[in-house]
Amino acid sequence: MIRARALEKRYGDKRILRGIDLDVGPDDFLLVTGPNGSGKTTLLRLCAGLAAPTRGDFELGVSRGRIGYVAHEPLVYRELTALENLDLYGRLYRISERRERIGMLLERFGLWDARHERVASYSRGMLQRLALCRAFLHEPDLLLLDEPYSGLDDEGALVLDRELTERAPRTAFVVATHEPERLRRHATDLLALA
Amino acid sequence: MNYLADVGALARKDLLLELRARDTLPAMLLFVVSALVVFHFVLPAGSSDLAATGLLWVALLFTALLGLSRAFAAEREQGVIDGLVLAPSDRSAIWLGKALSILAFLALAELIALPAFALFFRHIDGTLVGGVALADVGIAAVGTLLAAMAAASRARELLLPLLFLPLAIPIVVGGVGASVADDPARYLGLLGLYDALFAIICWASFEYVVTE
Amino acid sequence: MSTWSRNNRLPALATLALTLTAAAIALIFFYAPLDEDGLNQKIFYFHVPIAFTAYGCFAWGGWKALRHLWKGEDGADLESYVAIHLGVIFGVLTLVTGSIWARYRWGHWWVWSEDQLVLFLVLFLFYCAYFMLRFSVPPGPQRANLSAVYALFGVVLIPVSVLAIRLSERFIHPVAFDKGGPNMAGSQFFTFCVSCAAMFSLAATLYNLELVGKRLDMRLRELREALQ
Repeated sequence: MIRARALEKRYGDKRILRGIDLDVGPDDFLLVTGPNGSGKTTLLRLCAGLAAPTRGDFELGVSRGRIGYVAHEPLVYRELTALENLDLYGRLYRISERRERIGMLLERFGLWDARHERVASYSRGMLQRLALCRAFLHEPDLLLLDEPYSGLDDEGALVLDRELTERAPRTAFVVATHEPERLRRHATDLLALA
Repeated sequence: MNYLADVGALARKDLLLELRARDTLPAMLLFVVSALVVFHFVLPAGSSDLAATGLLWVALLFTALLGLSRAFAAEREQGVIDGLVLAPSDRSAIWLGKALSILAFLALAELIALPAFALFFRHIDGTLVGGVALADVGIAAVGTLLAAMAAASRARELLLPLLFLPLAIPIVVGGVGASVADDPARYLGLLGLYDALFAIICWASFEYVVTE
Repeated sequence: MSTWSRNNRLPALATLALTLTAAAIALIFFYAPLDEDGLNQKIFYFHVPIAFTAYGCFAWGGWKALRHLWKGEDGADLESYVAIHLGVIFGVLTLVTGSIWARYRWGHWWVWSEDQLVLFLVLFLFYCAYFMLRFSVPPGPQRANLSAVYALFGVVLIPVSVLAIRLSERFIHPVAFDKGGPNMAGSQFFTFCVSCAAMFSLAATLYNLELVGKRLDMRLRELREALQ
């Protein structure tokens, strides 16, 4: 799904990533660890195709519509409701039975009751849950998660645990975190960035 | 067609956002009327129709710039642009959807501005309105792409007028000419040519503006 | 390209440029016949070739921009930037020589009736904005993309602006202006051609010179990075 050799990413004069090799298969779970500023987010952006590598070989064997991405930002419009946001993404990702899927995901992540409220009124935890809904909406084959547990309360974290356990066998994962303990049981691979 | 559906969804989203936030359009309306009033005090006594028409176009251009500076504000502030770029839809749909919504804002602003202009200065006719309509297409097309560029830069709002004004010169010539010349057809033709050429190049190159 | 020609291209170009420029100056001041306009005529031999060279630089910059976007050609972004940079320099020279010409011919330092002069003013503004864009985005693939797209806009803007400026005169300057440029006899045409060749080769020399310098800078930076 993802293959990279000697990957390097530079922004201007600052080198963020250097000499990275990656091999992620269809049911692998790659855990990317490292302190803040070590380039975890950059690596995920590269995998998503949002950034181009400065040097090295990079192959992404997945089409754009099969990738799910959770970033630091929830990537939703504050002035729209959760339902409207997911409806927009649902249309762009050409999801069949859009309403049913959206309803199901909102319910699973405990946002069904708040679906008609503007996202601007959401708490940090609710935003993160919505971001997860957005990422899972189209049943992607590759999931790129950047600190997926950040902002979640215990209940939200349990829901995420359940989702990951359910999807891990049939989905490729690249997850960046600076607290790897929770995710170690899923991981098939580990990449530690300096 | 999927492409048109995407464009429709995106344009709808932008109009919905403005309906909720209600900040850009009212500002544009107030600005254009205020500008026209200022221009009354700027023009010396006995000024020609040509001078007044010219100032109308100045007002329209700067009102458009006001609206365009907010065009990608939501996407930029909340990082949503990444979400849109990642979607499997064609990136040019983002441009087209946004440009259509800008076009709608311009049309609404002019719905107020043109009658105000007729009230304050001189009567308006079909060719003037036609010129404004054609010019709007060019402004929306080019302005949307440049707004995306400016959003990616450090200078943000400062940069957009600098990028836009040289490109707006043919639009202004076409618009003013259509309003005051004896043979407006040439000027409307200039506007049409501008719109066609720049719409094509914007449509084809927007992909590169939002990706690396 | 063989090593010899690669190493010697820049000095060869520089020699060519200097020779042609010297020849052009000699021809302009000693050979080309004087018109009643006198010195005014001489400015023309600089102004128009410089203008053509500027167009050429912008066109080359646009071509390289297209190569960057379309084919992802390595280094095309830098070449596009250098070409446009040079184009602006020649553009400023066009404006200056044009202004001097206007002073001699019509008694004003600026006239709106000269299409080419107005066009260069518009292009000058446009490409200054190009630099503002470039300097407000951190270096990287995004900056290269944005610059390339804007450079292409410039190329499309040139013919549209020509049309617009010509059309604008019908309602801005109802007074008919004597617009005749000089009609050229054989010897004048020859001088003009030599001057054009001189300007082109000068531009080519400066282009390659600046590229060599910038590439050297890049290599130096890369080496420094690699050593860290």
